[in-house]
Amino acid sequence: MSFSGPANFPASAARALADEPLQRELARFSRGFQVRRVEAASRLPEFEALRDRARDIKNHCLAHLDFYLERFEENCRAAGGEVHWCATAEDARQAILAICRHLGAKTMAKGKSMVSEEIGLNEFLAEEGVRAVETDLGEYILQLRGESPSHIVAPAIHVATEQWTEAFRAAHTDRPADRSLSDGSEIMAEARAVLREQFLGADVGLTGANFLIAETGSSVIFTNEGNGDLSQTLPRAHIVIAGIEKVIPTLEDLSVFMRVLPRSATGQELTVYTTLSTGPRRAGDLDGPEEYHVVLLDNGRADMLGGAFQDMLRCIRCAACMNACPVYKQIGGHAYGWVYPGPMGAVLTPGLRGVEEAGHLPNASTFCGKCEEVCPVRIPLPRMMRHWREREFSRRLSPAKFRYGLGLWAFFAARPALYRPFAGLAARVLGRRKRWRRLPLAGGWTGTRDFPASEGRSFMSLWRAGRRR
Amino acid sequence: MAPETGTAPRTVALFATCLADLVRPSVAFASVRLLEAAGCRVEVPAAQTCCGQPAYNSGDRKHAARIARRTVRAFRGYEWIVVPSGSCAGMLRCHYADLLGGEDEGFGERVWELTSFLVDVCGFEGVKARWPMTAAYHDSCAGLRELGVKDQPRALLAKVEGLTLAELPDAEVCCGFGGTFCVKYPDISTAMVRDKAAAVTGTGAGALLAGDLGCLMNMAGRLSREGSPVEVRHVAEVLAGMADETAPL
Repeated sequence: MSFSGPANFPASAARALADEPLQRELARFSRGFQVRRVEAASRLPEFEALRDRARDIKNHCLAHLDFYLERFEENCRAAGGEVHWCATAEDARQAILAICRHLGAKTMAKGKSMVSEEIGLNEFLAEEGVRAVETDLGEYILQLRGESPSHIVAPAIHVATEQWTEAFRAAHTDRPADRSLSDGSEIMAEARAVLREQFLGADVGLTGANFLIAETGSSVIFTNEGNGDLSQTLPRAHIVIAGIEKVIPTLEDLSVFMRVLPRSATGQELTVYTTLSTGPRRAGDLDGPEEYHVVLLDNGRADMLGGAFQDMLRCIRCAACMNACPVYKQIGGHAYGWVYPGPMGAVLTPGLRGVEEAGHLPNASTFCGKCEEVCPVRIPLPRMMRHWREREFSRRLSPAKFRYGLGLWAFFAARPALYRPFAGLAARVLGRRKRWRRLPLAGGWTGTRDFPASEGRSFMSLWRAGRRR
Repeated sequence: MAPETGTAPRTVALFATCLADLVRPSVAFASVRLLEAAGCRVEVPAAQTCCGQPAYNSGDRKHAARIARRTVRAFRGYEWIVVPSGSCAGMLRCHYADLLGGEDEGFGERVWELTSFLVDVCGFEGVKARWPMTAAYHDSCAGLRELGVKDQPRALLAKVEGLTLAELPDAEVCCGFGGTFCVKYPDISTAMVRDKAAAVTGTGAGALLAGDLGCLMNMAGRLSREGSPVEVRHVAEVLAGMADETAPL
């Protein structure tokens, strides 16, 4: 699995636009989640108030992040768990490898975790002789196809049914070649049978966390397939990997996010499973892992605290923004080139990887505002994309031709007496045809659409001449 | 708010927008006509150019602020500033304060998008226009989400004699214009406007209306390139009864 890199955005987007199977899947996807979100929200009268509450809880946590992380660590340890503080992706990979080594683990059952994608865990472990198997259905098909996720909640949203069938036939060669695998339920049944063996055979289980609860030292996952529960309960050790921004103060606070997150993500009132894990198996417990580890990852997040991008750390990874985004709908998630696509990725990726590499992402938005409208924790995503554009502009990273053109235009726009004759002249020139199929320096426009003719005179010149209509 | 009666007419300053100035003066003239019909006295401050959005959204705060300061100065003393564009009105109303810090002189609160001003401030019900047509209406993003412009243009259009509004699927989905976005990422922008054109064509409407020239030029340009007969117009032209006086975009 590999990412194409955010720097390659234009080429990746062009490829996505020309990819017919992908376009078919995107057209289908763009309806479902959005409609279900609106319906679920409308059935809960206090939904908007809960969004405010969710935003406020996150803001409070971010303002006191050190305090809540330390409380989390203290309570996690008190329950018999271990906490590993990791400043970088490499630190996190090494921490996880060290746990595997000390257990003599050769196989890992993985629940869905975007942070594990962020640190490139699977490839790293493979090189170190630990085989990680994705047990989330979507992540599993991606592993079979050697692909990266294209969506943070529905990672295989881009894969068509016939591609599932093909990948299963190629991978599960011990099954009858003439079996029927034509619809979702048959594919699911086969995945269930195959994955069950992985859970039972795995030495360690790894999951992400939707939330970490400071007052109890618990980690929480919201899931629909049950694979997360099996991944963390059956193997000898449960490793949780989570960004430091995932901590919230109390279980009471969790109840707010339980109402807000599933509705925003998939339009569900609750996910099928809401699983809290607190420490390893206790004496008398019927099941559970012998060891419980929480790997806390910074990887650039702390640098976003206290600055223009702090609000982004409120993100609860629900994907409502990408489900609603008209740009994502056209190009899908792979075009964004890294783990986090869509509007949240357009803000987060430059924060974690640098605006030099990811500058295209915050630029590839029309600022239509739909993402901010649906964000359950009210992150002002367009405003933050504009902040990135400002950083980019002030560091002279945008193309010189564009900067020069903009500067020239701004020079005139700030001087009405100079601007007016130019506008008048341009209006005369643009009025010479009924429409323009080609214009110099405007190929981006006229390549695919006409430019309307002007009426021949500028409004200001007509108005000054006393014309009324 | 109820219309004021028996008082002196409101003096309104029109911010025509750079696109209306350059490409479509009839939108500004239609705005004047509507504002006068609503009982306002209209002035057009000479020192206006553009709201500065191209610079602001490109990350060029310095130039955007320079243009913003100039605009604030040009409109000093006017209690009502009306703009026939949701996007430019949104820039003036919602972003100047951020751009200028304390220097914006409470400018934003005095700015109104045209249809919102006519309905929400003037309580205007005197549309006297006839246009036998079935038209689709596209909700431009900034007007819709920054200013809450949704019902006002529809309420006014409902009074146009002979006009039927066709339900446009995904009327609230962006058309792909996005200012400099449409030339920076033309492939994506084109895919978006292609979808919009298909939705418009699917309604069977003879015309497409919206309240923002940027979006209108984008959609008109695409429909025209596809050879579509759909005529594209700014909502003000139709409300002012000027649809027969000016060729569509």
